[in-house]
Amino acid sequence: MVQGLKVSLFITCLADHFYPEVGEAVVHLLRRYGCTVDFPPNQTCCGQPAWNTGLEDEAKAFARSYIETFENSEYVVMPSGSCAGHVRYFYPQMFKDDKAMFKRACAVADKTYEFSEFMVKVLKVTDVGATFPATVVFHNNCHMQRELGVKEEPLQLLRSVKDLVLVDNPRYDLCCGFGGAFSVKMPEISTAMADERLGIYVSTKADIVVSCDGGCLMHMGGRAERQGLPVKTMHLAQLLWEGVRNSERNA
Amino acid sequence: MPDFKTRIDKALGDQQLRGAVRFTADSLRTKRNAAIADLNAQAAESLSIGTFDDLRKQARAIKEHTLKHLDHYLAQAAESIRANGGTVHWAADAADVVRIAEEIVERRNAKKFIKAKSMASEEVFLNHALEAKGLEVVESDLGEYIIQLAHETPAHIVIPAIHKTRRQIADMFGEVAGRELTTDTPTLTKFARETLRKKFMAADIGVSGANFLVAETGTLCMVTNEGNGRLSTSVPPVHLAIVGMEKLVPTLEDLAVLYGLLPRSATGQKISTYFNMITGCRRPGEPDGPEELHVIFLDNGRSNILGSQYEETLMCIRCGACLNFCPVYRNIGGHAYGAIYPGPIGSVISPLLNEFEQWTDLPQASSLCGACHEACPLGIHLHEHLISLREEMVAKGKADPGFTKVMKLWMRAWRRPWLYRLLSKIGYLGMRSYATKRADGTEVATSLPGPFKAWTDTRNFPPVVRRPFHERWADLQKEGAK
Repeated sequence: MVQGLKVSLFITCLADHFYPEVGEAVVHLLRRYGCTVDFPPNQTCCGQPAWNTGLEDEAKAFARSYIETFENSEYVVMPSGSCAGHVRYFYPQMFKDDKAMFKRACAVADKTYEFSEFMVKVLKVTDVGATFPATVVFHNNCHMQRELGVKEEPLQLLRSVKDLVLVDNPRYDLCCGFGGAFSVKMPEISTAMADERLGIYVSTKADIVVSCDGGCLMHMGGRAERQGLPVKTMHLAQLLWEGVRNSERNA
Repeated sequence: MPDFKTRIDKALGDQQLRGAVRFTADSLRTKRNAAIADLNAQAAESLSIGTFDDLRKQARAIKEHTLKHLDHYLAQAAESIRANGGTVHWAADAADVVRIAEEIVERRNAKKFIKAKSMASEEVFLNHALEAKGLEVVESDLGEYIIQLAHETPAHIVIPAIHKTRRQIADMFGEVAGRELTTDTPTLTKFARETLRKKFMAADIGVSGANFLVAETGTLCMVTNEGNGRLSTSVPPVHLAIVGMEKLVPTLEDLAVLYGLLPRSATGQKISTYFNMITGCRRPGEPDGPEELHVIFLDNGRSNILGSQYEETLMCIRCGACLNFCPVYRNIGGHAYGAIYPGPIGSVISPLLNEFEQWTDLPQASSLCGACHEACPLGIHLHEHLISLREEMVAKGKADPGFTKVMKLWMRAWRRPWLYRLLSKIGYLGMRSYATKRADGTEVATSLPGPFKAWTDTRNFPPVVRRPFHERWADLQKEGAK
């Protein structure tokens, strides 16, 4: 285990407004492993919504703000594979014709991590000492698995949770249909994708679909509740932190 | 053609279509994954020319080089084809292809065409043009034959009739046969074979495409599983091949790499049942083969892509893997896209090959999940090109104006910390009257107005919380200082 790291939290606009308890869980878990966590007050959004809707100038402005805000940080950790993917994969690309900015974008991209990735790869923690009696399936966030290459880390963390049954995800490759603006621009296709995705999860008999991204959770959770499906959604960090507290209560 | 929304709704409402598409896409995906696992296992024992990733890298290098020197390789290919006794034609667009075909028809006094599967011919609407002249055109690929009977266009690049069930096919064949047919494969293929065999023998001109064309030898290569490609190109006295100008590979060694990728990615086969390599027409003293070979190199918008930021899309070998892996395609099938090439590759190249404005809906039809890029044997960055196209649409003023305006305003405000915080308050207050309490005290919104309506029509939404994280930080900070 690695101790004493300085970590800046990038909360992401989704977690900030809809899942603040996920941010709290991340802070608690990082501190549990000796990290000093700070929260730069000037942060807003990574700019992915602008980039994905073709607003290049606006997306670059977000990237500049993020780079300025975090370039003096040791590490930047966020509870979203999609936002981390955007920073790591697309920021350098955005500035490929601007040598100075490209360098800064690469530097900040190199120290940006998704939460589970940071826990396993940097802190070298796989067992946080959590107890969580539930049957769980892990939903791979598209950008997390494809842009960051993070697939195994969340599973490693989940496998170490006491009393938790992790069932196999038979189609780890299938998107939940969120896609940001896509979910409201093409709501029919987006919903059909969620239905297929959720149908597969219901058939695994899992109680909870766990993911590392607010977008997927919001989308699948919102559709599952509307359809009355017997499955809930939860962020990995929140599950782990609640699990730690369960263990403490049991002790 | 009805608008995109209407086409999507129609497809989503057709459970038979969606079931058929998912079934075949999943089966192709499973076979492809198995074939690649097998290749990788062989590579580990040095029994193959490389892992899938090795081949992908080599193929990219070959295609990159070829596209960079396309003028040279086109000239070399043309020279080789002529040296083999063939005739070379250059077609800038669909009208050129039709004109060239009509000239041959006139000279040969031809009446009947038999066709092997060719997406390039679909692209230029060749059947339609020839039929309008009163000529008979028969598709000999089983899938293409099915959609020709149904008066449709291909719903998939490799599996044209992917959306048809066995029952539907048996009914269509039965109508032609004048008797009821059972849905088993032997019955259906026997009927097709009997019907088509006569057409092969009677045809004046055989039309084909090409999966590859080897520049150094002038060899046309066709990957097929039914043998119809071979019959179409060897029985009729004239062979007319329509070849997209990006189909070139420099050498036979290069071909080995690309052929290693195509059947595996398309159908999960190590090799296809037939792999035809056609180098020229009948030579003096040979008893059979066509008397004339005509190769039409088709541009049809490809030179717009060459040298642009989208150039790598010309590496596409039309395997259809991106369709089989796409979560959008599996839900709406091919026809909803409306373009000749459906799925992720179609959404990228349709606006580039054709009128840009006509296809601006297509790049929106993606969650940008990236499954297409991952599946692509050439590693084409399809989802990134979709983003670039969205950018281009905004820059050219071709994007949805209302939506773009709202996004621009929001994004410009959202970047400034003080406005971000103000908007988060407004968001919280604005959603108050729509928030209802669940039994556990948490809140949910089931019906929101404005831009959120499209969401809440089918999905619940979590209202903005009273205390967002950035307001909670002060407490966490105190806690941390302890």
